[in-house]
Amino acid sequence: MKELLSGNEAVARGAYEAGVKLAAAYPGTPSTEILENIAAHYPSIYAEWSPNEKVAFEVGIGGSMGGGRSLVAMKHVGVNVAADPLMTFAYTGVNAGFVFISADDPEMHSSQNEQDNRFIAKFAQIPFLEPSDSQESKDMVKLALEISEEFDTPVMLRMTTRVSHSKGVVELNDPIEVKHPQFDRNVRKYVMIPGNARLRHHSVLERLARLEEFVENSPLNRIEEYGTELGIITGGISYEYVKEIMPETDVFKIGIGFPLPLKKINKFVEAHKRVLVVEELEPYYEEIIRAAGMNTVEGKKFFGREGELSPHRIALGLHEAGLLDAVPTIGYEPADLFPRPPVLCPGCPHRGLFTILKKLKLTVTGDIGCYTLGTLEPLGALHTCICMGASIGNAIGMEKVNGSDKGIVAVLGDSTFLHSGITGVLDAVYNKSNITTIIADNRITAMTGGQQHPATGYTLMGEKTKAVDFVELVKALGVESVRTIDPLKYEESMQVIKEEVAKPGPSVIITTSPCVLMPRRIMDVPYEVILDECTGCSACFRIGCPAIYPSKELAKGKFPKAEIDPTLCTGCTLCAQICLPEAIVLKQPAVTVK
Amino acid sequence: MDNYAKNILIVGTGGQGVLLASELLSEAAVASGYDAKKSEVHGMSQRGGVVSSHVRIGKKVYSPIIPYGQADIILSFEQAEGLRALDWLAPSGKIIISTTRLVPPIANFGKFSYPADPAAEIRKKTKNLIVVEADKIALELGNIRLVNTILLAVASPFIGFEKKVWEEAIRKMVKPKFVDLNLKAFARGYELAGSGVGA
Repeated sequence: MKELLSGNEAVARGAYEAGVKLAAAYPGTPSTEILENIAAHYPSIYAEWSPNEKVAFEVGIGGSMGGGRSLVAMKHVGVNVAADPLMTFAYTGVNAGFVFISADDPEMHSSQNEQDNRFIAKFAQIPFLEPSDSQESKDMVKLALEISEEFDTPVMLRMTTRVSHSKGVVELNDPIEVKHPQFDRNVRKYVMIPGNARLRHHSVLERLARLEEFVENSPLNRIEEYGTELGIITGGISYEYVKEIMPETDVFKIGIGFPLPLKKINKFVEAHKRVLVVEELEPYYEEIIRAAGMNTVEGKKFFGREGELSPHRIALGLHEAGLLDAVPTIGYEPADLFPRPPVLCPGCPHRGLFTILKKLKLTVTGDIGCYTLGTLEPLGALHTCICMGASIGNAIGMEKVNGSDKGIVAVLGDSTFLHSGITGVLDAVYNKSNITTIIADNRITAMTGGQQHPATGYTLMGEKTKAVDFVELVKALGVESVRTIDPLKYEESMQVIKEEVAKPGPSVIITTSPCVLMPRRIMDVPYEVILDECTGCSACFRIGCPAIYPSKELAKGKFPKAEIDPTLCTGCTLCAQICLPEAIVLKQPAVTVK
Repeated sequence: MDNYAKNILIVGTGGQGVLLASELLSEAAVASGYDAKKSEVHGMSQRGGVVSSHVRIGKKVYSPIIPYGQADIILSFEQAEGLRALDWLAPSGKIIISTTRLVPPIANFGKFSYPADPAAEIRKKTKNLIVVEADKIALELGNIRLVNTILLAVASPFIGFEKKVWEEAIRKMVKPKFVDLNLKAFARGYELAGSGVGA
């Protein structure tokens, strides 16, 4: 049977077919749908959202130690969070197979950096597999688990946004049964005290030598021969682009990216007059291949290290290398248009919060989530964003250096706070930092499309569970001043924030308004502008709501008045609260727009 | 069938149903016996930003993204986004846009402006433009979110595939509650196409 699946859906299917017993993850674009699909379609697999990637990874290790094939999924920067268990699990090895997915995001469609995680596998001395399409995404989950068991090692499956989020036709198979012995108390293998770890490090190197032999003969590293003088070494999504542009050129397709089959590559290089490496982001293959003495091989000088590749970029690179006569042409020039950056949704409670923070001119350290969009004009009220949970530590450091006379506020979401913010608040209490932390609690992991977390009261598998109480939690950490606000109540919330910022010592404010999209799009009665009352002051434009647009009617002959699109307005009332002439009112007669 | 190959680019803004439209299209393609791939980006770009989905149909498809400047058909659910995507259109390609105007907040301050008539600007460059009042029709049918299905139906004669294949795709991919409404929207778009809107 065949089905059209995305790379992520295919990984979920692969886990099912390979007899995976446990899957854990923290949501992160472009990896999120892997666990969502496992939970939605394959109830034979225990699946959980963990509070962060480190915990997810450790749960996966436990699953493997316990004798169940385990899969852990995360975005590329999530691997940084999980790097601690990864680096030592690489020493202990597995009981049942263990595969983790690193979903990299070249071009940073939804990320803060575009680090190339192929280096992580090399750093940890563990093998990684890299699929080019959905079929391979599915197949490689099973192959990764087999390699994991045969070589006693965790294995990384390295995806990228274009593989994770592209759909292709996949042949489905029936699931297999796998049985492994339960955990045995082999402390020499699993307790990494120095005496044991030294022995395990030695096994890692022995394992690597065996893997180096294995990859030379693996069909995952294949040569497609057409008898050309040019040979191209490529892997991942770049393989598809190369085939698009040069379908009948000799290609060495790398399926296992670490360790590389250097003997086989060497033969390929010797058999061709010219060899290019085509790979996205860093010159990872190129450096290893050149370091192995094949220094005629070229690559990055034609294809660049930034952003995603594409058929077009590869054609341009091949042209530059003198291998393609015609430069690809386009029929129409790109239009010179306004940009359309992402914005907070109409009705989003974060809009209220940032409207206030901007008004108060506070320094705001930010974090990872929808609310990072508070940095964009016209809100422009968030001034740092590094990684999950960084807002609090950043605020503490800034306060220690600069003092907090002007007010420093850390803003992070509910899911981000549970992921990496708790220890930050603990530090603020412990080291007596005079900052205010605002937990923008919209009761869901919103940016990634609405996932449960430990404060929502539901698990990934849809069971009811205990929900963390943020107020009790931060009080237990030692915060004495804890307040809650509805960020869509403008004056009231502004007053609370003013008071808390002015207080000495760490304080925490928790917002209580849910995400406007979850669990379903909230649509109340829309508002409208009475044009005769509107003075064209543009105050409502400055909250950056997509439902508000300039009218053709001008005030004083030059300032555009405002109008509201009733199909977008959710009736959150924020614009009405800040409109001085009170020109924004409930739409009359009240209409309901579905 | 052996020579059939189509690149279709679908664009709009977050929340307009770009992804569902490309889903329906690629399902219909596979149901009609072709290889198909589609590609888009989820995440931050969906928060009101530009969303685009590439669909490629043929005997064997490699790249899931359309080579730049080689789209046979562009469907745009928003006027100015059609103009923005025009450089992806092949010289012989056809562009179908909805009259929907979504002015982003960033264009409210004078630094950037939303073009007065994006459709006219497209028409200056190509005659192969079809403008559909899909937003108006969608509201008549009771839900602005039907713009995607209406436009897909208008494009369907240029893509090929039998009508029932499209309807099957809708039944398979749309949430049960909205199937009938989407079938109705598809029928309206199909009628428009039949009335020579694309001639």
